[in-house]
Amino acid sequence: MKRLVTMVVALLAICGLLGYTSNRLERSSGSTGDKVLNLYNWGDYIDPSLLTKFQKETGYHVNVETFDNNEAMYTKINQGGTHYDLAVPSEYMVAKMKRAHLLKPLDQSRLTGWQNYDSQFLNQSFDRGNRYSMPYFWGTLGIIYNDKFVKASQVQHWQDLWSPKFRDKIMLIDSARDIMGMSLVTLHKSMNTTDPATLLAAEHKLNQLAPNVKAIVADEIKMYMTQNEAPLAVDWSGEAAEMLANNKHLHYVVPSEGSNLWFDNLVIPKTAQHTNAIYAFLNFMSQPKNAAQNAEYIGYATPNRKAKALLPKSVRDDRQFYPTQATIDHLQVYRDLSPAKVELYNDRYLEFKMHH
Amino acid sequence: MTNRKTWLYFIPYGLWLALFVIAPVGLIIYQSFFDLGHHFTVANYGTYFQSATYLKMTLNSVWYAFLITLFTVLISYPTAYFLHQLKHRQFWLLLVILPTWINILLKAYAFIGIFSQAGLANQFLTFIGIGPQQILFTNASFIFVATYIQIPFMILPIFNALDDLNPAFINASKDLGASAWQTFHRVIFPLTLPGVKAGVQAVFIPSLSLFMLTRLIGGNKVITLGTAIEEHFLTTMNWGMGSTIGVVLIVAMIIVMTLTGDQKPKGGTPR
Repeated sequence: MKRLVTMVVALLAICGLLGYTSNRLERSSGSTGDKVLNLYNWGDYIDPSLLTKFQKETGYHVNVETFDNNEAMYTKINQGGTHYDLAVPSEYMVAKMKRAHLLKPLDQSRLTGWQNYDSQFLNQSFDRGNRYSMPYFWGTLGIIYNDKFVKASQVQHWQDLWSPKFRDKIMLIDSARDIMGMSLVTLHKSMNTTDPATLLAAEHKLNQLAPNVKAIVADEIKMYMTQNEAPLAVDWSGEAAEMLANNKHLHYVVPSEGSNLWFDNLVIPKTAQHTNAIYAFLNFMSQPKNAAQNAEYIGYATPNRKAKALLPKSVRDDRQFYPTQATIDHLQVYRDLSPAKVELYNDRYLEFKMHH
Repeated sequence: MTNRKTWLYFIPYGLWLALFVIAPVGLIIYQSFFDLGHHFTVANYGTYFQSATYLKMTLNSVWYAFLITLFTVLISYPTAYFLHQLKHRQFWLLLVILPTWINILLKAYAFIGIFSQAGLANQFLTFIGIGPQQILFTNASFIFVATYIQIPFMILPIFNALDDLNPAFINASKDLGASAWQTFHRVIFPLTLPGVKAGVQAVFIPSLSLFMLTRLIGGNKVITLGTAIEEHFLTTMNWGMGSTIGVVLIVAMIIVMTLTGDQKPKGGTPR
């Protein structure tokens, strides 16, 4: 009996301690305080010195919490119990969150920075009229090649990847929508098609690529490419920027016939509490000087036209990350598909993975 | 009083069982009966058993789990037997168990370093004149790393079974004129079989769904049920289908447990 009592007391003590700690943590991170802004962002996706500058200018302290994929972020906001004021979903996720009523509309009268943005990156299919979202960065899907093993002229188009000379040489990013999308572009189809026959054709096309595929991996692709493990990879421009920074033999190509155009966007989740801080931050981040500083730190392409003009010439004219207008015109934004259609993509992609 | 006491003691255990065993399994089974539109359905099971992809994936998973378990037994039994003969055996056993204190991801990344193009293994191959080979992203490297990770979980139960073995049996066997091989084959192995079975249970099921390794070491050239579950929960968000595969794994576990469990002793076999 005595032992039992000790056990129960110990259990209660542990629970109490945990509760107290979580309470303290909550308070010290200030998520319930007054002069704060809770930003839910991708890891290392904002220049920290901008946060200090923002606090100096406005007095709001920014708490950053990070996520590593859209779905995890969605689940966390959807479950409630969080107090995020701003989140940074990708474009298809903006549409999904909008449909699930997880977003608050932007109060346009309080936003002062819209005229700084390049209009071709506004008013996209996932959020017409930018009622809920402000673009943060944009990018593409493309080919990374290592000039030690591959000549630039050999990989200008998606179809080049199918060449027999690249047997067992290509790494693919493990993402159903992107790899199926690449195959669809090669077949001159829309990356948003929902026609089962077209998707089947795309799978068959991918099956022909299988002998050239060395591996289908996720984030590790950066490490592998940096270490010269493979001569070729298909990945997003954001990831490519990081690889290029670590290995000067790597280059990035956006095939001119088309590719994906993606956006990461600032949105206000329904859990937001600090309205004044939110608009102060959105306006702060749309100022050309700040957006340029952030773009230089992150290495992604900024949708802020005036910020782009402030970037060094070598960055602004880098065709790898700011492709020519002709190429931009061929880029396609992913439309948010219904779960059943997403499943269709994933089933075909899984078949391809099984095949390979 | 005694009755009430035992009943009270059952509370923490019962709570644990209800919260962390019965509730999650129940939730998985419950979830598996819902489709994407949250309608009650058994279609997920229909899809599973009619889809060549899932069935092939299941076969694949079972085949790889079988190979991993087989290699683990082949390596672990002699190791456990050898360790058991040593003087400071608890110390040597500790060294075998030590790697399990290290996170599986760290171990996987270490193997990436060893197996990569410029890694230690290829440096050695170059040194002895064979030249660099593609080691990473092959079935062999996947099975190698998976076996390495599972070995401690196999050695431990076998070692314990050897420890429990009464040396009098071995002496008796030798006294009665049995050769070393006969003693092993007729006495030691049958008596330590429960340890092997416990090891198989601990290794086979986790091997069915090693999804991190299939990607990191196998480069998704090896596709197991774990890959499909991950995709359903994270990408398509079809929790119903993911849970269905989870239920299939649970059923597989029950089958393995039954097959390797203690059968009723037949006619006077010493156990």
